[in-house]
Amino acid sequence: MCVAVPGKIIEINGDMAKVDIMNNICEVNIKLVSAKIGDYVLIHAGCVLEVLKKDMAEEILSIFSELEEI
Amino acid sequence: MITLQQVKDELKSYNGRKIKIMEVCGTHTSSIFKNGIRSLISPQIQLISGPGCPVCVTSSAYIDKLVEHSLKENCCVLTFGDMMKVKGNKLSLTEAKATGGNVRILYSPLSSIKIAMENSNTQFVFAAVGFETTTPIYSLLIEEIIKNKIKNLKILTSLKTIIPALSFICDNEENIDAFLCPGHVSVITGSSVYNDLAKKYNKPFVVGGFEGEHILAAIFEIVRQISNNEHCMKNMYVNAVSNEGNKKAIEITRKYFCSTDDYWRGIGVIKNSALKLRPEYIEYDAGSDFAESVENNPKGCRCTDVILGRINPVECPLFGKTCTPLNAIGPCMVSTEGACGIWYKNVGGNK
Amino acid sequence: MKIDMSHGSGGKQTSNLINDIFLKNFDNEILNKLEDAAVLDDIKGKIAYTTDSFVVTPLFFNGGNIGSIAVCGTVNDLSMMGAIPKYLTAGFIIEEGADIETIDEIARTMGLIAKEANVKIVAGDTKVIEGKGGIYINTSGIGEIAQNGVSISNCQKGDVIILSGNLGDHHAAIMSKRMEIENNIMSDCAPLTSIVNNLIENNINIHCMRDITRGGLATVLNEVASNSLCGVEIYEELLPISNEVRGFCNILGLDPLYMANEGKMIAVVPQNKADIALEAVRKSKYGKNAQIIGKIVNGKSVNMITALKGNRIIDILYGEGLPRIC
Repeated sequence: MCVAVPGKIIEINGDMAKVDIMNNICEVNIKLVSAKIGDYVLIHAGCVLEVLKKDMAEEILSIFSELEEI
Repeated sequence: MITLQQVKDELKSYNGRKIKIMEVCGTHTSSIFKNGIRSLISPQIQLISGPGCPVCVTSSAYIDKLVEHSLKENCCVLTFGDMMKVKGNKLSLTEAKATGGNVRILYSPLSSIKIAMENSNTQFVFAAVGFETTTPIYSLLIEEIIKNKIKNLKILTSLKTIIPALSFICDNEENIDAFLCPGHVSVITGSSVYNDLAKKYNKPFVVGGFEGEHILAAIFEIVRQISNNEHCMKNMYVNAVSNEGNKKAIEITRKYFCSTDDYWRGIGVIKNSALKLRPEYIEYDAGSDFAESVENNPKGCRCTDVILGRINPVECPLFGKTCTPLNAIGPCMVSTEGACGIWYKNVGGNK
Repeated sequence: MKIDMSHGSGGKQTSNLINDIFLKNFDNEILNKLEDAAVLDDIKGKIAYTTDSFVVTPLFFNGGNIGSIAVCGTVNDLSMMGAIPKYLTAGFIIEEGADIETIDEIARTMGLIAKEANVKIVAGDTKVIEGKGGIYINTSGIGEIAQNGVSISNCQKGDVIILSGNLGDHHAAIMSKRMEIENNIMSDCAPLTSIVNNLIENNINIHCMRDITRGGLATVLNEVASNSLCGVEIYEELLPISNEVRGFCNILGLDPLYMANEGKMIAVVPQNKADIALEAVRKSKYGKNAQIIGKIVNGKSVNMITALKGNRIIDILYGEGLPRIC
């Protein structure tokens, strides 16, 4: 129920930031997180919900390392 | 190290006991179809949709209130696109707009601040619908309304919490073996909220992300746990989900909202399953109502069984025949992001 | 200067509007006669004939305006039948309050695209109504059939499907403006005449062509399946979609398969002509990102092999493709 998308912070102005989502630039609210320029973040309805540990593409590559054999 | 191909091979060739996994997030339902996940796994692994579409479980009385606001003079309803097509007892917002109602679609609730400030003669109502993922954003909205002393913007809430709904389902349904937990709800709540559920009900609760690879990995983990007689919480979306969740988001939500019982369309009343504005902030509420409204499912409609995961949409006698996206009878078809709406779009009705 | 009711009265203001805006921008010997009807030269063979109306807002967007779509839409519908577009009409319904400069700019664009597509706008009409400055355009068009038998019912098992370029650009350009998302996505509004001419000149026996407008590629492919009584199989990894459009779709929860274009088409051609046809499209103006995206198969539905190699049935669009958060 939650369409959220990863993006990169390119500018911060107080509680607002500009994020780059595959070359789409949006203004989002960052009051719910502590973020800095260069961070990869998760964006939902104009707001950053969380700072991601990694770029999502990189994370997908490593996701299977979390698994044990059946 | 396990590879994607190994995961696919294992899941396709699985021939252990039948496993029924409930996914409770409309975005998961969508992603499962978008990636063709069902065609990649053994028929012994069944994926069923749960009550994860906040629009579908919103009462028709709520939609009626929005429609009423939109038709009042000098009033305007602001909403996400999701809400537009959902019918209340009479009209949807799309239909209200066609008869002269004032409705505007926004991407973010926070955009309503500027709109309210630029149109001081109009009373705005934001249709505040969502689960735990979206509620913190409404908290930010209330904060902005207070800070900017805005008098012409209020919210009408239908804010459900999915975690109590999961308990309810576990208490009332025997046949679900595991849960694929909603990834973005978990970003806010943290994955630890599922520990007690896993222990109490002896079922795996696995948090998954939304790419096809995430979903396959989560299903693999569920199958692994069940094959080894394990049942615990496992976070397969560590990139975004932490154990404790987003503390700032949780705190700001607690500041403005408190828990209440609420009616879920298609299910009934679930205790402590919704949030309402705290009494000290009630002046920002546009008339949200938690009175128990009795809504009978139309004759033959099996939405309750779909929402609770007892059947798949195609098993409802009305699906694809009298109940279609263009002539939706039950709440699951009413929103194209409800279980029946998504199934219809992807399996083409009963053709 | 603003349009008012006098511009629609048939008097001096109307005549000025016609001369200063429409004749200036559409300029051709047939229109310039300003008769009650256009008298056309002989048309050889069968005639293709179509009409369409255009009500898009905003009127201007990245990559074009309502005038661009008004000409391209009708030109492309003719081209899709294997016809060479020759003549267009243009009817305008203008709400009072519209700027004359806006209409001039729209007409200028229409004149330029008509020239590029080698068509003449030979007849027109203007009406002015009460309102708040809206502008609506109807165009109709005539073309000469250059290749017979091009039809939505003519696809055959084994045929390949060529998509002329990136999906979703027009829809994304319009929505970007509405939702205030900054990007460089431009509407792909363009005449497809060059692509179709190249296919015909290379002796491709085209079974079907369709431009991708409202409802997106998914809707077009379903029309193919239901009219040609066949199945369609496409491959997600082969679909050309720009990164920017992907990102835009991710933000709003949209699906490029269902998004409108205004300058893209599919051509369904026999398997043994696939490579030549693809080459011909890629060499054309507006066709450089063309891909073979799938084929016609037995069956009844449209099936996509996903990036993960799963199966996904693609149905037609229901309702309006609105942005989602859920």
